[in-house]
Amino acid sequence: MGSLKSRLTPYYLMLPGGLWLAVFFAAPIIMMIGLSTMTGNIITGFTQTWHFQNYLDGFTQYTGEWWRSAEYAGIGCLIAIALSYPIAYWIAFYGGRHKSMYLGLILLPFFVSFVLRTIAWSYLLADQGLILEPLKSLHLLPQNFRILATGPAVIGGIVYNYLPFMILPIYVALERVDPRVIEAGRDLYANSVSVFSKVVLPLSLPGVFAGVLLNFVPAASDYVNASVLGGPANTMIGNVIYDQYFTTQNYPIQASLSFSLMAILLIGIFCYARALGTEDVLAAAAA
Amino acid sequence: MTTLTTPAVQNAPEGARKRVKQRKRRGERFLHWFTWALIIWLALPIAVVILFSFNNPHGRYNYTWTGFTLKWWGPALLQYPELTTAMLHSLEVAVIATIGATILGTLIGLALGKYRFRGQSATNLVQFACIAAPEVVLGSSLATFFLQLRVQEGMLTVIAAHIMFCLSFVAITVRSRVLTLDRSVEEAAKDLGAGPWETFRLVTLPMILPGVIAGALLAFALSIDDFITTEFTSGSFMTYPLWIWSVSRQGLPPQANVMGSIIFLVGALTAGGWALFQRRRA
Repeated sequence: MGSLKSRLTPYYLMLPGGLWLAVFFAAPIIMMIGLSTMTGNIITGFTQTWHFQNYLDGFTQYTGEWWRSAEYAGIGCLIAIALSYPIAYWIAFYGGRHKSMYLGLILLPFFVSFVLRTIAWSYLLADQGLILEPLKSLHLLPQNFRILATGPAVIGGIVYNYLPFMILPIYVALERVDPRVIEAGRDLYANSVSVFSKVVLPLSLPGVFAGVLLNFVPAASDYVNASVLGGPANTMIGNVIYDQYFTTQNYPIQASLSFSLMAILLIGIFCYARALGTEDVLAAAAA
Repeated sequence: MTTLTTPAVQNAPEGARKRVKQRKRRGERFLHWFTWALIIWLALPIAVVILFSFNNPHGRYNYTWTGFTLKWWGPALLQYPELTTAMLHSLEVAVIATIGATILGTLIGLALGKYRFRGQSATNLVQFACIAAPEVVLGSSLATFFLQLRVQEGMLTVIAAHIMFCLSFVAITVRSRVLTLDRSVEEAAKDLGAGPWETFRLVTLPMILPGVIAGALLAFALSIDDFITTEFTSGSFMTYPLWIWSVSRQGLPPQANVMGSIIFLVGALTAGGWALFQRRRA
């Protein structure tokens, strides 16, 4: 039996933070939705004309960028899973006393600025850079071979920058697998392949799903990797939003593109989480 | 993991048992090498950043190795006043945003973890949306928001944005700590005559402190390295990542590498120290 005062306590606690989110998170997004159907230009100003055509234009004019975002982020996720799973598995089951050391080593890149480490990759991958130059002078690679300013370089950058976000959730899920369950599987005469495919893998899937979430969203909306490691033919939807704001200053188009991107990603996440059990995915994502 | 031998293997003849064991060990060794190869790949650009902070380039182009020098780690580090200012700006923003986000986020985390109330799932949803929303959307919507309200962009708008996106991370970290607490300890404090504030200060806060510190470290790390949201909300205000970005086309001077290396060393040592401290206490 709580008094009125104690029933109100959670609301008092939430008030300052809630107001902050209302002003700097909710309000800008609502205003952005309003802006997205305006017309005009930067000199005469923008007026609300309910011009929903902006949304259609955003898709028809930038179809290539939308597809590339999905493609690069999707391929990036698949590569990240293929790299992360064996490592998370090894650390969880064979890491022994050194588990936290291995996890720490995997997190090391986070201590170098995101922009700086991406630029460092552009130096490493440059046509006459630290990796290609020696290989070219040894004639192991043709002179005109290049990695920088291609799609694979952008995907490589995406995999590199978000990989720890794939390894960690998979590791957490594998770490929670009770060894007794594996033992039970073996006692029931399962060979190591079926122990893995019928016991370990299903138990670790929430981790994989959380990893996909943590990789796909930032990767699909990223523009740093595409502008540092990609060329003019590798731009993603993030680059378009960036250019529409900073260069073209067509704010309604920028707003409609931003809203479309957010809506697609959030709807995708909710369908994905619903299909797989919300609590599992969100809990794994939070952990 | 405990070593287990399956009944099938136990019953098998000596040779087959050995083969299975060998194959297992080979698989394990392969995974071990694979893990190390990946760690080296992850560390490669860091090594380049640190290595080239000791390079002695002729002009501003710090791409090729031209000789070892320690001079950029000395007074020459401060040769670019804009870089020094940008670094200080990054630190100021990170400290203020961390304090703000930690206070606001801890309160939300407490509310979500300790109480059952109407609107709780909506609050959880907002926190989640805030974390899941793409940064380019957060940044560009804030930018047009400030533009429409004719707010001059600068340090304050950057701090406001950083508190906004760090807050939910702190709230989630604190909430998961609060959920593991033993409620009877707080009850005991009340029974012994402590008021709500005393209970909070002497009982609740010390118990949730590891969660609060972890959330604050996370907020600091997110803030000091933030690029996308900062770029949209900064106007002409420069932080360290923005400065790197703005000069990267003309070539990064080695001083930028030195600053990056210092952040790396301080960050890695702090995190390592924190991990050791946690383990010592556990």
